[in-house]
Amino acid sequence: MLTLKDVDAYYGNVQVLRGMALQARAGEILCLLGRNGAGKTTTLKTIMGLVRAQTGTITLDGEDITALPAHSVPVRGIGYVPQGRRLFAEMTVAENLEIGLMTRGRGRDVRERMLDLFPVLRDRLKQVSGTLSGGEQQMLAMARALCLEPRVLLLDEPTEGLQPSMIALIRDVVTQLKGGDTAVILVEQRVEAVLSVADRVLFIENGAPRETVDAATLRADPALVQRYVGVG
Amino acid sequence: MDFLSYLPFDLPHPALLLAGVLEGTVLAAVLALTALGLSIVFGIMRVVNVAHGEFYMLGAVLAWFVTTWVAAVTGGPPWLGFAVALVIAPLVVGAIAAATDWLVLKRLNYDPEATIVATIGILYIIQQLALTFYGPYARPVEAPFDFRVATPYFGYSGYKLVVVGAAIALMLVVWLVLTRTRIGLVMRATQYDRETAQAFGIPVDKVYAGVFALGAGLAAIGAVLIVPIRQADYLMGGDPLLLSFIVVILGGLGSLRGTLVAALFIGLADGLISTIYDATLAKILATLLVAMVLVFRPQGLFGARAA
Repeated sequence: MLTLKDVDAYYGNVQVLRGMALQARAGEILCLLGRNGAGKTTTLKTIMGLVRAQTGTITLDGEDITALPAHSVPVRGIGYVPQGRRLFAEMTVAENLEIGLMTRGRGRDVRERMLDLFPVLRDRLKQVSGTLSGGEQQMLAMARALCLEPRVLLLDEPTEGLQPSMIALIRDVVTQLKGGDTAVILVEQRVEAVLSVADRVLFIENGAPRETVDAATLRADPALVQRYVGVG
Repeated sequence: MDFLSYLPFDLPHPALLLAGVLEGTVLAAVLALTALGLSIVFGIMRVVNVAHGEFYMLGAVLAWFVTTWVAAVTGGPPWLGFAVALVIAPLVVGAIAAATDWLVLKRLNYDPEATIVATIGILYIIQQLALTFYGPYARPVEAPFDFRVATPYFGYSGYKLVVVGAAIALMLVVWLVLTRTRIGLVMRATQYDRETAQAFGIPVDKVYAGVFALGAGLAAIGAVLIVPIRQADYLMGGDPLLLSFIVVILGGLGSLRGTLVAALFIGLADGLISTIYDATLAKILATLLVAMVLVFRPQGLFGARAA
């Protein structure tokens, strides 16, 4: 289980997270919802150690990872699919996967599982990843993160800019993680996508956590969504 | 061949041409090695290392110290001291570069402008330390072997041809490391996206220290190879720095292929023009060429255009 308690973070002198708190449990999908600039992406970057938590604690299965250098966080088992995919665009598909496998010393069997999960990548192994379509790039970004066999998977707007068939595919893969050993934290702008996969939803406003609601409750009360993100 | 009589200038004697090509090839080989270090450092770290020439000088000075020491201690043949220098000098220079990275560049968070100023400072520190402990004299290092290769016009130094072969072999090794090994994969990932590299467990600080050491080590190897041809002195870092910058600007900063092609071009042009006409003219033309490239193709011949 990943836990954030009372985490503050800054970009320079500007405070971007104020007392951020959340719990992500194995087999469960926790969605972060909020307006643009609310602090959703920063929350993920702070978990990854890419933005330093100035106060508060971040623990992974009881281990305090707050002060770990950024490169040590993924080794503990936190996989990250950044916003905009952030593939190593001049490297091949195989090399991108290799980077993911190297992170926690995973082998060919894990790579084969990823290629079974995203079969289109198998035909593109030698292709430079920057030349893939948007949907294929997103699949590669997810496969690269899943190569860690993560205990926690952070997904930052994985369906952004994708066509409906790709969105469905990504949603299927995320849904498959439910009930397993992996906790998923999903940042998503599209409310209907959130409601279709989430177990719980954390509303974030001005860098602070406001309310955590069961997705079932939210589906029955769209006014809650309206209150925090202005759409229904 | 009658049409040659219509040329508005006299062609140099073929012997002079051949000498120019051979000298140019030797210069190109060492230059490629030195420029490759500069290019790798910029390509991966985005640091313009103005002190690169001083790492080259340190390599040459260390080669003199090591060969002199080995000769005094063992009384062995010149190749023994040279072989030891070829191992020791790049390792020591690489270690100094890694320490420099840790003490200076890392603390500046690899800021592009700040590191230029910092490496200018490092240039003077290394240069003055060399002056203090090595002295103002140019000192020779004996070639590890001496044989001559016959050409139709003259006998040419076999050692110089071996230098060309060694430089080519070393560049091939660097290319293989960068493109075919896990270390190379990690270096390239760091080059393309530092933040994402960290998010996949890559210790970027250690990669940077290693890359800076590799760049300096390559310059040091180039210097050890060249020092039996020209003597070691504390001011010898200036020329290779200038030529290396010319090469990486022409080839495109960070482009391995561009660096090699530009080094070959500049080396041959410098060798030919220096041999046939004048060394200063060679430098003037090379600088003019860089100015034109900066105006018409600022990303270099093989570099990617900035987004």
